[in-house]
This record gives sequence, structure tokens and C-alpha cells, in this order.
Amino acid sequence: MNRLAVEFAGVPFKNPVVMASGTFGFGREYAQLFPIERLGGISSKGLTLHARSGNEGIRIWETPSGIMNSVGLENPGVEGFIARDLAWVNSLDLVNIVNVGGHSMEDYVQAVERLNEEQLDLLELNISCPNVKQGGMNFGVKTEMAAEVVRTIRNVCKHKLVVKLSPNAENIVDLAKACEAEGADGISLVNTFLAMAIDIKKKQPVFNNGYAGLSGPAIKPIALRMIHQVSHAVEIPVMGLGGISTWQDAVEFIMAGATVIQVGTATFMKPDKALDIIDGLEHYCEENGIQNILEIRGIV
Amino acid sequence: MAIVLKNEAVGKDFYLLKAAGDYPASMGQFCMLRAWDEYPVLSRPISIFDCDAEGISFLYKVVGQGTELLAQLRPGDEVDVQGPYGNGFPMVKGKVALLGGGIGVAPLYYAAKTLKAQGCTVDLYLGFTEEAMLEDAYGAVCDKMTVNVGGYVTDEINPAEYDVIMTCGPQIMMKVLANKVKGTAAQLYVSMENRMGCGVGACLVCSCKTSSGNKKVCKDGPVFKAEEVFGDE
Repeated sequence: MNRLAVEFAGVPFKNPVVMASGTFGFGREYAQLFPIERLGGISSKGLTLHARSGNEGIRIWETPSGIMNSVGLENPGVEGFIARDLAWVNSLDLVNIVNVGGHSMEDYVQAVERLNEEQLDLLELNISCPNVKQGGMNFGVKTEMAAEVVRTIRNVCKHKLVVKLSPNAENIVDLAKACEAEGADGISLVNTFLAMAIDIKKKQPVFNNGYAGLSGPAIKPIALRMIHQVSHAVEIPVMGLGGISTWQDAVEFIMAGATVIQVGTATFMKPDKALDIIDGLEHYCEENGIQNILEIRGIV
Repeated sequence: MAIVLKNEAVGKDFYLLKAAGDYPASMGQFCMLRAWDEYPVLSRPISIFDCDAEGISFLYKVVGQGTELLAQLRPGDEVDVQGPYGNGFPMVKGKVALLGGGIGVAPLYYAAKTLKAQGCTVDLYLGFTEEAMLEDAYGAVCDKMTVNVGGYVTDEINPAEYDVIMTCGPQIMMKVLANKVKGTAAQLYVSMENRMGCGVGACLVCSCKTSSGNKKVCKDGPVFKAEEVFGDE
């Protein structure tokens, strides 16, 4: 009996533990360190239509119980990923989630159209990117703008579509409902929180961009609240993430309503932290006579 | 988890930690060290000072929360040693200079020891701000040692005397050295110290610009040819 098997938007997962985008590359580095096929799935490093070299300056800063990052979506572009990594990820016995971002509607559309020709399990749409044609306003902040992206992408995307929400949304529940209404097959949340650090000697921000994204245990209680709110407001399944570093955290997110959980920053504490979480969930189910982990989904 | 064999102060804020175990370490590589559970979040990338049949040693400077926790370790305590990671210094031949500034001297001990064993002539140039440390240890693994305290160690070296120079330390020191080496026949290798996240090449926070595009300091480096990273200056 596999107590951890779940289905998300019609896609079977052997367990509900997925590596979060941006913290796991395409899996190759970690494959040398632990048996990654024990994972439920991998969400790829965020891809954009064209390769990007990312941001200048400091890209990581530690905070109490967290980290801020400003990598700036350094990635090989959709073509580079297809040429070098996609076939390898597909050869693994886990769910292949391809994360796609964009800085204009055209970029999103072309990236998604290119991926239509390829095999993958879920397409995770990162809408936490600045829209360069709208004064740099993040696509994931205003419900109307997010709805427009999802509507446009839904019309061209042949894959199952999961929309990854920004916690910086003006109203995350309304925004999630709008994504559902526009045809998203699932929701993942949360991306990083917009945050800041100042170098008091230099009297300027630590990051060249001024602000950066906060992740890690520091954001967990807020992320959990958002997942609770969103998963009770939509019918489509939710992937929960935001500071999960123990199996107890994972149980909380599932009780709050998540069908699948993602592990991100915790991987930097210990590369195979996600395997500890899988083992812990398995043990928790056995101890509590739970036949399948989804018995506790959304019970709070 | 590895057992701490020793962890001793060797200078003001400088500690030498040895952990038991058999590690396939090369000179110039580093490990991600951790002696705590969840906080601070990140493990600390620390240069390998030495490696022998008994265990692996790390020389580190206490600069913040993580290294403060490392400094509290006592013999018999457990420490998580992930790695060795990174490419390390290349095996070379001929007359070699190793130049380090501050905690940048850390990887040069194992490099000197390894290169000497390979038959290289090895000269060490060590720069310190306040006081020298481990002079006897360093002196025993090189042909000639020059120590500079409070000044510029880069003033001490004549690059034209060497086939290969390897350096680790503050970026500004390495840039000064790179400029000094230009026009000589010496090949300079630099060990970069960008802030790291994962340590294994997945998160891209330690990317550094090179003449052949972005490289990951933790995985493609930390050692690069000087002209790859300082080529445009």
C-alpha cells in the first residue's frame, strides 16, 4: 500500500513531495548526492523564452530563519533546457514540472508554445515576474493582470497548467479564483515575499535591485495561512510551499488544504531534507492509521 | 555526521577544526559545514586546510553566526561535513607561488603540501592584517615563505619568477595580483569567494561572470584562470 500516493490535476504522484523551482536546478547536481527518484516530483529552475544571465551584485542574503535571493531568473532558456535537460528529467521516475516565467505576454506565449511540442507532466506558470511593458508591475499582484496572463496562456497551452501565485498579490484569494475561472488546472503558492536588507555601512540596499525575495521558515506561518485561505476558496488542487523544512510542516500544509507540497530553501540546510520529509510522512500515516495522506487534506 | 577531533584557536578569531573521516579531497576544494539544526538556514562553505588518513581540517575565521557556532565545537562533538565540493587548484609543474590574504591563506597549506609532493618548487606569500598565524605549519610545506603583516602581500612577489601562481583572498588583492602578473609568462589561478547557497551548483546565487559566460563558483570553481574572471580589467 502506498499511503503517500496522490493525484494532482489528473497526474499521479508516488508521494506529494516536490522540489520547488529555483532551489534544485534541473535535478542533475542533487542526483549525484541522493536518490532523487524517491521524490514525488521536481519543479524545474524557472525558464524564460530566451536564456538570461541573471542579476548583478549580491544574490543571496541570510535573514533570521530565512534567506533572501535575487538571482534574476538566470536560466538557459526554453531551447537550452529542451536541448540539454528535458529528456533526462523525463527519463526519471518522478513528476516533471516545468516552470515558466516571462517579462511580457509575448514571451510567455512563445515559451509555452515551444513547450507544447515537448513531453512534460505539468507546466507551472510563474506569474511573479515584472511586466516590462507595464512599468515593471509584477504580473502576479493585480487580479486583472494575472487573469489576463492565465487566459492567454490557457488558450495556447496544451499541457496541464498550474499557476504559481505571488504572496505579494493584492488579494490572493480573488486572484486564485480568477486563475481557476480562466481555466488553470491547479494552483501553487507561495512564491517569495518581497523583502529588503540595507547595508548600513554603505548606506544602500544589499541587493542591486533594492528588493529581493524572502523564503525559508521565516515565511512559513504566513504561507500556511494563504494556502488555507486559497484552498478553501477554489475547487482546483493546490500545491503548498513556503518554508517547509520538516514532515510536521508538510502535515500542516496538507491539513490546511494542499494536495502536494514543495520543498525549497530547506534543501540548502541538508540536500536530502525532502527525503526526511517523505519518510516522516510515511511514518506519520502508519502511526495514525491513515490509509492515504489525502484523508487529512483540508481537515482544518 | 563527522566527529570533531580538534577545534582550536590559532589566531585572533581564527580556528582550525579537524573532523574524522576519509574524504577524497583535492587542494583548493571546500566543504559545506554545519553544526546546528535549522538555524542559520545556510551551511557554511569552508576551505579545506588539510586532509590526511585521520581526517579533514578546516581553517576558518569567525565572522558571524555560523562560524561562531562552529567555534564552539569541542572534540567529540558532531559536525556535518558536506563535500568536498568544487574543482580545486589544478595539478601543475615547475616553480609555483601561492599567495593568500587573510582567511584566504586557508586552502594554500594543502596546495603547498600537494604540489611539493608532486615535485614543484613552492613559495608561499601570506598576508595578514594584524598578526601572522600558523607560521611553523606553513613554513614546513614550502621552499620559501614570505609573511606580510599590515601591508600589501602583493608587493612581496615578483611574478616573473614563477611558472604558476595560485591565489586566494580579498577580491581587490587578487585583482591587484592579476594586474601585476599580466605581461609575465606566469599563469595565475584565483579562488573566488562569492556568497553561496546550495554549494552544489543548483541555486545559482554564486554565479560569477567569466569570459565564457556565467560560471558557478561552487561547482565550476572556486578556482578559475585569472584571465577568465578579471580579463576585462
